[in-house]
This record gives sequence, structure tokens and C-alpha cells, in this order.
Amino acid sequence: MSYINAFLVGGAICAVGQVLIDKTKLTPARILVLFVVSGVFLTALGIYQKLVDFAGAGATIPLTGFGYNLAKGVFNEVDQTGLTGALTGGFKAAAAGLGAVITFGYIMSVVAKPKAKR
Amino acid sequence: MNKNFTKQEYSKYVKSVSPNSKLFINIIKAFVVGGIICVIGQMIFNWLKGRGLDPEMVSGLTSTIMIFLGAFFTALNIYDELGRFAGAGSIVPITGFANSVVSPAMEFKTEGYIMGTAAKMFVIAGPVIVFGICSSVLVGIIHYFIS
Amino acid sequence: MAEKHLGKQTVYFAKPPSIRATASIVGPKEGKGNLRQSFDYIIPDELWGEDSWEKAESKLVRETLAKVLQKGSMSNDQIEYVLAGDLLNQCIAANYGLRETDIPFFGLFGACSTMAESMSLGSMLIDGGYADNVVCVTSSHFCSAERQFRYPLELGSQRAPTSQWTVTGSGAALLTSEQTGPFIRHVTTGKINDMGIKDTNNMGAAMAPAAADTILTHFADTGLVPDYYDLIITGDLGKVGKKICLDLLKMNGLDIENRYNDCGVMIFDTKQQDTHSGGSGCGCSATVFAGYIYKEIMKGNLKRVLFIATGALMSPVSTQQKESIPGIAHAVAIHRSLD
Repeated sequence: MSYINAFLVGGAICAVGQVLIDKTKLTPARILVLFVVSGVFLTALGIYQKLVDFAGAGATIPLTGFGYNLAKGVFNEVDQTGLTGALTGGFKAAAAGLGAVITFGYIMSVVAKPKAKR
Repeated sequence: MNKNFTKQEYSKYVKSVSPNSKLFINIIKAFVVGGIICVIGQMIFNWLKGRGLDPEMVSGLTSTIMIFLGAFFTALNIYDELGRFAGAGSIVPITGFANSVVSPAMEFKTEGYIMGTAAKMFVIAGPVIVFGICSSVLVGIIHYFIS
Repeated sequence: MAEKHLGKQTVYFAKPPSIRATASIVGPKEGKGNLRQSFDYIIPDELWGEDSWEKAESKLVRETLAKVLQKGSMSNDQIEYVLAGDLLNQCIAANYGLRETDIPFFGLFGACSTMAESMSLGSMLIDGGYADNVVCVTSSHFCSAERQFRYPLELGSQRAPTSQWTVTGSGAALLTSEQTGPFIRHVTTGKINDMGIKDTNNMGAAMAPAAADTILTHFADTGLVPDYYDLIITGDLGKVGKKICLDLLKMNGLDIENRYNDCGVMIFDTKQQDTHSGGSGCGCSATVFAGYIYKEIMKGNLKRVLFIATGALMSPVSTQQKESIPGIAHAVAIHRSLD
């Protein structure tokens, strides 16, 4: 059951992205920004947590889930340490992802070469 | 040409003769591929959870593995082909975020590892982090004052 | 009044220069396209033994120049000028491709119109008596253009149906003062024409008004009619731009449909090769001219050709600053013989 929910919700979030690409001619960078920021605000409004409870990875794997992570991290930090938590919470929550992406990005650029499209 | 059309009329005319994206098929492709990527994420999540790791660590590790997969298939020159087929279906998941970091890192290697790879690594994904962090700070401050 | 000037924008050559030889080298994808038979050499892969796309593009320019001299049986020291350009910032493909040639060099930028621009200026140099032998060469490379104008190659993005595919290739023409033909008879220099198109995925629409304007001006200046030419061919408008250009001409009472084509539409097999609207880039019009068109003229299948290379004069900076895309188009009329 969890797989079906993940498939449907994850697919639907991506489909929204596709509509934005085709209908608004937004560049991929703008779409990614839009999704992360939406994730942050939907989490702050308490909506995204319900989606995560329902769909699991279907809601956390799309980039809105990155925003969810940031907002959740900030809330935890603010609750624990006060106002400075607003500054530290986001990076703390994103630390694993950013560390991974920088490390893998660097390693892959050392070992791999771009190839022409055909 | 300015006597035939004003710029507004020309832009309207161009829209009428330019082919549109095949929206319906593109949405189906994005839905299916995006859905499958999320299912893979769920499978990794369930497997890690089944090994008795604590829940916080499971979600962090799941993201890390998905980022690795995105980076790995970018390095194999496969992720761009997937993107050509799936569009947002492979851009929106976190594997697409990894692709947007790894692809410029590879591309700009020819300008050196410091000014090429490292400096250009976040040329596409940088705005995601800037806006993600800024909005999280904003909601954090609001949360502090209303709770 | 300049005696060789006709009407507003056209030059008539009293002693028309000849195109002694042409050469074209293309990439593997172009080598599988519709015109694969007409090119001199198809490189085995896009890097061609170099370690960057830019160096590979310079090599294309260098080898195409060598090829055209070999085909024209001439050596570097017989050439008075080389006129060259490409799409990269500061035209580095031409600069580095030609640095060891020891030939006086004019670097040109006309975006994808550079082939016709260089042939226009080369013809004027020869007819003006400033030179006997001039080489015109331009290039583009899909990978170097992608990373300068769009995204890294490995980014998984989708192309719009109106987008075009930058041709990997270089074309060269050796112009001489000898009277052997085929001859460059007229040159019509285009004006910058901006109809406010901002979509960089629809270059054909941005350039088509410039092409239509140059074609209309050519016929107005010379008093000729379209039937005079066997082929009227634009550089890289693609499928969308080709249709717009035809429509714009029809609105102005000029129907050229039965003798009109576009290099960008011809070069790829758009059904098989996933190139959307068609080919683009300096190399598109250059290789189609140096390959297909020149060969058809030499075979006698085409007696008179009007070749109009089209360019989009924007940069990634102007696009990000929300500027629209100015277009340009230069026409060169080529005759098999003088009659």
C-alpha cells in the first residue's frame, strides 16, 4: 500500500512540474526553486506533514520534500534553542543532503566526462 | 517587416504557427517516471527501516542514497537521456537535484577543479539553496513569534 | 554615389569573384543526416582527439581551412586574407583554429549569419582590388554552444518543440579574382531586425523577419524576380522560421515557395534524429553551402542561387536581462556562369 501511495503522490507532484514547464516555459532552475519554497511554506502551514504521513517517499523524494525538511528542521531548532534556531535549523536539516551532493558531485566530475547528445 | 505587424501582433502570430509541447503525453511520462523514482525511494526507506535504524537516520540515509543514484547515473551519461524522456519526472525528485549539481561539475572540469568544477557546481542548484534557506529562516522567525 | 551600390543595401560586382573551392567537415550526427553524402569529412566523435569542446571546434576550423586550400591547390602564403567567425565568446574557435596559419585575419561575428557575412566582405575585398585570394570559414559545435548558451550536456532537461539543434561542423569557401566561376554576383547586407521575440527556444521566429526583409530588399534593389533563381535558401530558420518567412513574404506579395528551402530544415532527418525544428549555428549554413549547394552548382543542377544566412544577435547576458532577440540576415547571390 505504501508503494501505491508513494507512486501516486510522487507522480502527481512531478506532473505539476511538467505542466509548469510546458505551459509557462519556466527553466528547470526556476521550477526547482518554486518547489523548494512551496515545500517550506506548505510545511509551515501544516499541510505537507499530512502528505508525508500519507505518501512517505512520494512526498519526501520530490524537491518539495527538501523544503519540508528545511522547515521541519527550523521548527525543531527554534523550539529547542530559540530565535537563533531560525538561522541554524535549515542548514542542519539539509546537512546530509548537501554534504552528499557536494562530495558525489566532486567525485563524479573527477571520474566521469560529459558526452555529446545524439 | 514592421509595417505588417506590431510586435504584439507578431508575437501572437508566432504563437499560432509554433507547435506546442505534447502536454498530455509529457504529463503521463513525468507522472510515471516521477512515481517510479519515489517508489524506489520508498523501497530504500522500508529496507533501512526494516534493519531497525532510528527513523531520523532512515530518512537522511534514504536521501543520501537517492542523491548518490542521481549522481551516479549522471556520471554514466544516462540521466540526461532519462530527462529528455521524462522532463519534470526526473527534474523534480531529489535525484534531479543531484543531476543539476553533478552535470555542471562535470561540464566545467575543463576549466580546472577550482574555477571550473567547484565554482560552477551550484550554477543551477545554487538558487534552490538560497531560496530554500531564506524561506526556512522566514518561517522559523514567524514560528518563534507565534508559538 | 558609390557606383557599385544598387538601391538601399545591395552591391553589384563588376568583376565578380569566383568560388574556387569549398570544404566542409561535420560531426557524427550531421554525418547521419540527409546531406551526409555532400560533406568532405565526418569526424568520428565530437571531441576529435582534443580535451575540450572548444579545442575540438578550433580543430574543425583549422582542418577545414587546410582542406579548402588543398582542394583549391593553394598554399597559405597565396592567401591575402582569411575572414572567419563562430559563436563562442570572443570567437575563440576561429582565433585559435587559425593562429598558426600565418594569414592576415579578420575575425567576424554575425552569429549564425557569419558565413554569408564573410563571403560578402571577401567578395568586396576582391572586387575592390584589395586581394586576389580570400578564404571565408565559420564553425559551430553542438557541445561548446550548449554549455555557453544553454545547459551542461548531462543536465536532464527537455527541449521545446520549436528549439533547434546546433550543428557541429565547419565550412569554408576559397574566393579568387579569377574568372572561372561560380561567381558571386550580388551581395545584399541585412539590417538588424527585432520583432520582440524573447523565447530563446524559438530562434526561427526571431530571425525570420530579418530574412524576409533581406529577401524583399534584394529583389527591390536589383529589380530581379524570384524566378531568376533556381534556389532561394535561408541559413537556419528551421521548420517554424521557414513557415514564418514564407508567410511574411506572401504578405508582401512575394511567393517563393516553389524554390525556397532552409539549410536547418535540410541538414537533419528531423523524423529520425529528434532535432525538433531543425539545425542551427554558423556551421549549419556554412556546411550546407560548402557541401550540398556548391556541389549542386558545380554539377550544373543549380544555375543561380540566393543564399541568405540568418543570425540571432543575442547573448546569455542579454537574455537574462530580458532583452528580446535581434535578428540579422545577409544575402549572397551565386551564379554558375555569367550570362
